[in-house]
Amino acid sequence: MSMATGATVSDPAAKSGRKKKKVGGGVNTLPLLAPSVGLLLIWMIVPLAMTLFFAFRRYNLLNPMIHGWAGFNNFKYLLEDPALLHSLVVSVILVVGVIVITIVLGSVLAAVFSQSFPGEGIARVLMISPFFVMPTVSALVWKNLLMHPVSGLFAAIARFFGFQPIDWFGQFPLTSIMIILCWEWLPYAFLILFTALQSMDEEQLEAARLDGASVIDIFFNIQLPHLSRAISVTIMIEMIFLLGIFAEIYVTTAGGPGYATTNLTFLIYQRALLAFNVGGASAAGVIAIVLANIVSAFLTRSVGRRLEV
Amino acid sequence: MSHSVAKQRHWVAGTIAWVSALIMFFPIAWMALASFKTEVQAVQTPPLLFFMPTLENYRAIFSEANYLLFAGNSVAISVGATFLTLLVSVPAAFAMAFYPTARTRGLLLWMLSTKMLPAVGVLVPIYLLVRDAGLLDSRTSLIIINTMSNMPIAVWMLFTFFRDLPKDIIEASRIDGANLRQVLVHVLLPLVLPGIASTGLLCIILCWNEAFWSLNLTAHNAAPLTAFIASFSAPQGLFWAKLSAASVLAIAPILIFGWISQKQLVSGLTFGAVK
Repeated sequence: MSMATGATVSDPAAKSGRKKKKVGGGVNTLPLLAPSVGLLLIWMIVPLAMTLFFAFRRYNLLNPMIHGWAGFNNFKYLLEDPALLHSLVVSVILVVGVIVITIVLGSVLAAVFSQSFPGEGIARVLMISPFFVMPTVSALVWKNLLMHPVSGLFAAIARFFGFQPIDWFGQFPLTSIMIILCWEWLPYAFLILFTALQSMDEEQLEAARLDGASVIDIFFNIQLPHLSRAISVTIMIEMIFLLGIFAEIYVTTAGGPGYATTNLTFLIYQRALLAFNVGGASAAGVIAIVLANIVSAFLTRSVGRRLEV
Repeated sequence: MSHSVAKQRHWVAGTIAWVSALIMFFPIAWMALASFKTEVQAVQTPPLLFFMPTLENYRAIFSEANYLLFAGNSVAISVGATFLTLLVSVPAAFAMAFYPTARTRGLLLWMLSTKMLPAVGVLVPIYLLVRDAGLLDSRTSLIIINTMSNMPIAVWMLFTFFRDLPKDIIEASRIDGANLRQVLVHVLLPLVLPGIASTGLLCIILCWNEAFWSLNLTAHNAAPLTAFIASFSAPQGLFWAKLSAASVLAIAPILIFGWISQKQLVSGLTFGAVK
């Protein structure tokens, strides 16, 4: 149905393109491109400009009497606030920790799954399932059914072996969130790396096996180098999504205890929608945008380098 | 000798693979199990493995929790946003794949870069814009936001599909006497349909699971399932069996979509960088 729409949209444009082709040789693709480019331009520029504007304003939703220019005061207060540095550290720990764990486990599992074994299709489907679970569901399942200190499954297992059950979110809040995130993102790393392995030259592997290379030799000398492109893409994409992790924290710890699990995203949410401090939240937003741009510069470069147009 | 070694390796790999797969799937299976327990059984220690399954929770979800409202919101938002995304992405990807110019590469990379704009960086202005437009707690705002945030991915995914089609197919059919409409409908459409279908599927999955904006911009009327499930995290909402039943219903359709389309999703999930 949607294709029919796409075709009718492109029809007149393609026709006019044909006329032009006779004249100039090029095709006029502007009518086809304009809607998406225009909308994305608005989507990018308007909120960005507003964030920048508010970042230099005194603006609190609860107190409209306070307004006017703040200069760099929002940034000054923010940089003096220990919560900012702490939230940056939490963000980095979450992003780096989850990426390292999922990439390492993901490549090993991708290599394991690339052997043929009984029921591989079903095993693969089970393996990637957590990726499709909505973040609020996975957070609540882990929090209530598995990690709960009284009636969670982990507590029951601990008691069965005679240990004291662990209060996961109380004692190890950041670790607990990382476990949930690894569970959600390991399937992604696995799926991408597994697909990349599938495109490997089967004869090369066979030759290496005949030469007597062990599974471990093959993994480190043939499969891992082949995976380097897929690994770099996986790192960058996970980085984008993990920097913005929100729902898992919102549902499980609400940033606590204290600031233990407050990442930059959650800090901005607290400042903006709980404290209604638009100026301060916008200043933090500017910092988040700058950080994300540093990351995205790497991604667009690494993707762009091998983009065949 | 080497044959038996190969066989043994497969056996070891198979065991490791199956154990890992079962561990990964376990939380989902455990949740599904809990959804058939009574509330008392669900919090019982040690946890029950064998019990008389009940459908009581599922019944309660439909009768008490107004589940259909939230599921309806999820469907409306996902389908609406996916439709709009495809409406603007298909022509753009078609143009860039079939008529590339010197600017196409830059344009694609720029679109990708808008995806890197962190949602939280623009939370404040979007919230204020939505509020001032009177669209807080409305499906419209979420449809628009999901459309915009998925468009770069959709364009990229469609571009990689379209790019791999033979370019001279249009010219060849034109020479054979077909007019442009016939070419588009009878030649191109069947070829691009699978690509459009899997792009649409990825958009639906991303919209369905989107939580940041739905938690921040909806209250009750327009709340999709992600926000509805999150409401169970409130202290008064400790109904774990019902939560499990609601969760199973919320994730089931997307899980099935994901299983069916895992191969096709990869090009969208990596912006076409891995095939």
